[in-house]
Amino acid sequence: MKTYLPPKFIVDRNPSRCIQCQVCVNQCSFDVHYYDADDDEVRSHEENCVGCHRCVIFCPTQALTIERNPLDYRENYNWRPEIIEDILRQAETGGVIITGMGDDKRQRIYWDHLVLNASQVTNPSIDPLREPMELRTYLGSKPERVEIEPDSLELKTYLAPQVELDVPVMFAAMSYGAVSLNVHESLARAATESGTLWNTGEGGLHPKLYKYGHNTIVQVASGRFGVHPQYLDVARVIEIKIGQGAKPGIGGHLPGEKVSAEVSLTRMIPQGTDALSPAPHHDIYSIEDLAQLIYALKEATNYQKPVAVKIAAVHNSAAIASGMVRAGADIIVLDGLRGSTGAAPKIIRDNVGIPIELALASVDERLRQEGIRNRASLIVSGGIRNSGDVVKAIALGADAIYIATAALIALGCTVCQQCHTGKCAWGICTQDPKLAKRVNPDIGSRRLTNLLRGWSLEIKDMLGGMGINALESLRGNRLHLRGVGLTDTELEILGVKMAGS
Amino acid sequence: MAANRRQDSQFKVDATGLHYRRLNQLLRQAVADGAERIELQNVYGQRYIGTDLDREVEIEIQGTPGNDLGSFMNGPRITVYGNAQDGCGNTMNDGQIIIHGHAGDILGFSARGGKIFVRGDVGYRAGIHMKEYQDKKPVLVIGGTAQDFLGEYMAGGMLILLGLNLREGEYHRASFIGTGMHGGVIYLRGSVDQFQLGREVGVAEIDEVDCSNLDRLVGEFASYFSYNAAEILKGRFIKLLPLWLRPYGNLYVY
Ligand code: SF4
Ligand code: SF4
Repeated sequence: MKTYLPPKFIVDRNPSRCIQCQVCVNQCSFDVHYYDADDDEVRSHEENCVGCHRCVIFCPTQALTIERNPLDYRENYNWRPEIIEDILRQAETGGVIITGMGDDKRQRIYWDHLVLNASQVTNPSIDPLREPMELRTYLGSKPERVEIEPDSLELKTYLAPQVELDVPVMFAAMSYGAVSLNVHESLARAATESGTLWNTGEGGLHPKLYKYGHNTIVQVASGRFGVHPQYLDVARVIEIKIGQGAKPGIGGHLPGEKVSAEVSLTRMIPQGTDALSPAPHHDIYSIEDLAQLIYALKEATNYQKPVAVKIAAVHNSAAIASGMVRAGADIIVLDGLRGSTGAAPKIIRDNVGIPIELALASVDERLRQEGIRNRASLIVSGGIRNSGDVVKAIALGADAIYIATAALIALGCTVCQQCHTGKCAWGICTQDPKLAKRVNPDIGSRRLTNLLRGWSLEIKDMLGGMGINALESLRGNRLHLRGVGLTDTELEILGVKMAGS
Repeated sequence: MAANRRQDSQFKVDATGLHYRRLNQLLRQAVADGAERIELQNVYGQRYIGTDLDREVEIEIQGTPGNDLGSFMNGPRITVYGNAQDGCGNTMNDGQIIIHGHAGDILGFSARGGKIFVRGDVGYRAGIHMKEYQDKKPVLVIGGTAQDFLGEYMAGGMLILLGLNLREGEYHRASFIGTGMHGGVIYLRGSVDQFQLGREVGVAEIDEVDCSNLDRLVGEFASYFSYNAAEILKGRFIKLLPLWLRPYGNLYVY
C-alpha cells in the first residue's frame, strides 16, 4: 500500500561544507543517510528521519541541519497534522500506535504556575557556600513518636529500615531490555557516587551490577521477571510496581526481538520470547492482597528493607495511597501523567492519568488528615525537569523525586520518542551492541553525577534564599509556594495561596 | 516459644497461636541451626511458610497453612497434610510442595522452577505465568480438577491436570484454559470441549517425549499419594500447546 505519510523532517546538507566523510551514514540508525557510489555523494532518505540530531552533533563540518517539514496543511485547530498522520498510519496498518517517552501534549504543567519564596529584610537568607546546608533525606516508615532509654540514651522505639540519601533525587525505574546495560551501569555508578539510588525497572538486574546493590532499588512487577531470592537480597529497597504514569492500567510487552542472550539472563526467560507483563498482578485484586505481597517480600528478606509501592497517578490516588500505607508500604511512589516509557500505546500515554503536582498535593494532604503521613515516604516522578521542579515538589510534600527522562537527556537523549523501535541512535534505548556502545559507562556515570551535583548546588541556593538550612524544613511547607495564573479550585487542591496574597 | 529440637537436625514446632512472623522466624532459626527436617504442628492460616530459607530442608505441615505458602521459595521441600490456600508457590524458584488436600487460587503463580503436586482440586488461574529458564522448568501436577483460566499467560514449564475425581463421562469445568499462553505445555487427562480452551492454544496428540514426561511426573505424583501410576496413565491425555510464541505480535504499529 502506498503510504500517504509525509516525511516529518527535512535533511539539509550544505554542499559547501560537506566533505563526504560519511560520518552521518554511520551514525544514523534510522537509515536516513546513505552513500551513493555511482555519484560519489552522500544523500538522504528524509522520510526515515526521526529528528534525533545524532548526525548533526557528529558531523565534523556542521554541514547538516534537520528541520521540521513545515507541512502546511490548511490551518485547522481540530485536525492538526499529528492527528491526521496518526489516522493515516492506522488506516495503513490497523494497529495500536506505540510510542516512547512521556505525554507531550499541552495539559497544564503546574510547576510552571508555582513560584518559590525568598527571604528579604525580615529574615536573613543563608549563603550555602559558607554555611552548612543539609539535603540529607531518609526514606522509610517513621514511628509516631520515639522513646529513648533514659539511662543509656539508646533508642527504645523500633525503627523500620531507613535509607539515607545525600540528594533527594533518584533514578526512576528503567528496565534492562528497554535501556541498554551500559545505561544501567551508568545509572548504578552515578547513584553510588552521588549517594542516591537507582531503580532496575521490571527486567531484573544483571549479575555484573550486583556490586551496586547498596544503591539499588529492585522492582517486582506483574511479570515477576528476574525476581529471585538473590535479586531481592542484594537490593536496598524493593519496589512493587502496580502502574506507571505513561500507561496506567495496562501491562507491558517486551517484544521477543529485544530479548537478547544477555536480556534473557536478567529477565530469566528464554532468548527471543516475548516478555508479557500482565495488566494487574494476579495476586493483587485488593488492598488486602497488596498487603499480602508487601509482607511476602518483607518475609522473603527478613524485614531488612523498605518495601515501596509505585502507582500511576489517577483520579482516586489519595484514597488508594491511604490503603497502600495501611497495607504496610514503607514508601509510596506516584508517577504522573507525564511519566515516560520505553513503549506504550500513544493514546494511553497522552490521555490517561492526572498531573503529578495535583496527585502529590492531594495524597500528601490526605495522609496528613488521616494522621498516617509518617508511616510512609512519598516519592514523585513524571516529567520533573530541573531542580526548580524538585524544590517545588518537596514543598508540596514529596520526600524525594525520581527522574528518568532528565537522566537519559544527560546521556544524550534528545527526546525523539523512538525508544520503542530499539534503534535509539544515542545508544540508550537499544539492545543492538553496536549502538549500545555509544553510551560509555565511564562517561555516562560522570555526566549523571555532574547533573546531580549541579541540581544539589541549585537546591541549596534556593533553600538558602528562603532562609532554610535543611531540606527537612521545607518538606510539605506549602507556605513557601505561591500560585500564578491558577483558578481557586487549582489553588485549593494544591494547597497554596495565590501569588500576592 | 522456641522450636524443640528432637534428635540431630530434627525440629518440631507447635504453631498454635503463633503469628506468621514469629513462626517464620523460628523456621529461619532452625534452618540456621542446621535443621534437615522440621515438623510444624497445628498450623492454622500462617502465611509465607518456606520463604527466605534458601536451601534444601524437609518441612512437614500438619494443619492448614495460609496464603503464599512457599512464595519466592528456593530449595525446601514442603509436605502439607491438609489444604493449601491462595498463592501457593508464588514466584517460586526451586524446591517442592506436596499437598495432600486441595489448593486455592493462582497456584504456582509466576513460578520459575520447582515442582508442586496437589492431590485434590485447585482454584482459579493455576499455573498462571509460569516460566522456564535454562535448566529450570516448573512443574505442576494436579490430581483433581481446576477452575477457570488454568495455565493463563503460561510462558514455560509443565502443567498436568489428571481429573482423577471426575466421574465416568464427566468433563472438566474450567474455561479459558491456556488463555494468553505463549510457552510451556499443558497435559490434560479427562475430557474438555473446544470452547473451554483459550484462543491461543492448540490441541495435539501426545508423542514419545510427552509419554516419558508423563511417566516420570505421574509416577512421582502417584508415589506421594499412593496411587497406581499405571492405572492413571491408562487414561487418555491430550496436550495443549501455544499456537503462537508471540500471541500479541501483530497488534502494534510503530
Ligand atoms: S541521525 Fe537522526 S536526525 Fe540525523 S538523519 Fe538520522 S534520524 Fe535524522
Ligand atoms: S532514549 Fe533514544 S530513542 Fe528514546 S527518546 Fe531518547 S534519543 Fe530517542
